[in-house]
Amino acid sequence: MTMTVQSKSGAIQVTGEVIGQRKAGDYHVLTLTAAGIPELAKPGHFVALSVGGPNSSMLLRRAFSIYSVQSRGVYGGTLEIVFAAHGKGTEWLAKLHRHDQVDIVGPLGRPFALPKEPVPCVLVAGGYGSAPMFSLADALRARGCRVDVVLGASTEAKLFGVLDAKRIAASLTLTTDDGSVGEKGRVTDALPAVLKRTDADVVYACGPMAMLKSVAAVAAEHGAYSQCAVEEAMACGIGVCMTCVLPVIGDDGVTRMLRSCVDGPVFRGDRVRWDEVGTIPEGTLGAPASGGH
Amino acid sequence: MTRAVITHGPRRDAAAVVPDIDMTTWLASLELPSPVLTASGCAAAGRELDQFFDVTAIGAIVTKSIMLNPRSGRATPRMAETPSGMLNSIGLQGPGIDAFLDKDLEWLRARGARAVVSIAGGSVDEYTRLASKLRHVTDIAAIEVNISCPNVEDRGQVFACDPVSAAEVITAVRRNTNPGIPVLAKLSPDVTDIVEIARAVVGAGADGLSMINTLLGMVIDTDTMRPALAGVTGGLSGPAIRPVAVRCVYQVHAAMPEVPILGMGGIRTGLDALEFILAGASAVSVGTVTFNDPSAPLRVARELAIALAERGFESVEEAVGFAHRRPDPVPSAGGPVVDHDHAVDTESADAVVEAGAEG
Repeated sequence: MTMTVQSKSGAIQVTGEVIGQRKAGDYHVLTLTAAGIPELAKPGHFVALSVGGPNSSMLLRRAFSIYSVQSRGVYGGTLEIVFAAHGKGTEWLAKLHRHDQVDIVGPLGRPFALPKEPVPCVLVAGGYGSAPMFSLADALRARGCRVDVVLGASTEAKLFGVLDAKRIAASLTLTTDDGSVGEKGRVTDALPAVLKRTDADVVYACGPMAMLKSVAAVAAEHGAYSQCAVEEAMACGIGVCMTCVLPVIGDDGVTRMLRSCVDGPVFRGDRVRWDEVGTIPEGTLGAPASGGH
Repeated sequence: MTRAVITHGPRRDAAAVVPDIDMTTWLASLELPSPVLTASGCAAAGRELDQFFDVTAIGAIVTKSIMLNPRSGRATPRMAETPSGMLNSIGLQGPGIDAFLDKDLEWLRARGARAVVSIAGGSVDEYTRLASKLRHVTDIAAIEVNISCPNVEDRGQVFACDPVSAAEVITAVRRNTNPGIPVLAKLSPDVTDIVEIARAVVGAGADGLSMINTLLGMVIDTDTMRPALAGVTGGLSGPAIRPVAVRCVYQVHAAMPEVPILGMGGIRTGLDALEFILAGASAVSVGTVTFNDPSAPLRVARELAIALAERGFESVEEAVGFAHRRPDPVPSAGGPVVDHDHAVDTESADAVVEAGAEG
């Protein structure tokens, strides 16, 4: 099967204005003007927002998957992001009001690769990792792909986009750790049956590292190709700081520490050395010789 | 690649009109059209930032420190946000000098950007070999020598913390590279007497000084109750370290006013850059703040021009070291010279005594 890896088209920096903010379960959905970004954004791209205002003591940008974009409308180009207010930066974002300004850089990263043929695809997400999946589903359906969705979270309030998923998916499977809705368990408990039933060729996933590792393994067992969007801590989001690296095997078989912001966030599931994320695996290009200093 | 479209937010409107200031500056024999450069490790090799501003419009791109061989860097997490700053422990991840010259420097050359190449080594020999590799490379504006690296031949003692080792590295680099290219020694603030190190490297042939590198710091994650960085300690950068950097530049300029200084450490605005220039820097690097605002180097240059004009300067050069000038004459001729730091307000001093007596 042929996959089209979309080329990176370049990012821009714009001052966005808050159009509105709403709660969705435990999450916040922020709608911003972002002139120029919606036209460039593809499913899987992300944006990096500065937090705390122009004189903020929080220097590092916060990266968010793009949930939805609108190129035209009353406000011109707008985009939506989803986040959990669990740190000082996201708490600041959660308090923004209409007309407040936010500096936005985007679209960033390498988006999801799409199959050229109309093959069945399964989309798997944990928590608000589902944010980029809805625009992806639209793009896949536009190519004639059947799209089945599996969403999971610890509990019902931490599932995001259930209604969106019902709208676009041929079938929707929900899982929660506490069984508050859907099947009790993890997305990877439900995934094998979905793959068997749909005979999917491609699995797209976004969520925590441990989930992606399991999804990549399940996909490989079923002979499916996997595209995993990682959530790594980033300082710049644009490829200059080298903090968001993870070990990825290249076409030449050599492992390199790749930046998830520019080489990702979407990686082939069979190329990431999931068990060794957070380390420099032996044999990585430029790794210190073992037993050395 | 799409050029950045900058919409006019409040920070950028302020810099809309750029006054006619001569921004030309010199770092030894190197003439720069703008005194604002990027900082090593905060701009990669310029290509990513070129999306956000014209990299040929700033003084120069200072590239991430390059070593002889490819380097994977350290394990993650590699960074932690700190108040007005960040801690990093990247471990000099990079492609090695050969790939750097073929790809990164080639891109900068084709783009027409000035390149200050930062080199780093684990031994005097590695610096020597890096310098030799650069000897016949054209289109290098300057070499910045990152000496804040552990010396593998001296129990990991950092070169920059010892005047003898620091001088050995600079001697080796100066001897093995093109004499027409300025060599800047990048100093660490983690020393008892930065002037002593500065004298040692200038004595060894450094044409100028870059100061400062990051300060060694540490963050403990209170959830895991372990060090936040995989490398345990890391380099602290950002506006939090600016007063330390300004102090270092001021002290070294006072001791050696003839030595050009590339000042850096937490520069966020044009006024921050002006502080360094007044302290004695001939040019400045904008580093960590680029992570916050990828167009910061060009913005800082604009804001600096405005700040200089507002103070009646016609050129950057006039402002270099201006904070070191003689004290202003006291306006009321013949009157007593008041030492504001030590002046005692007798009334309030009395009040304290009385209050103390009652208690």
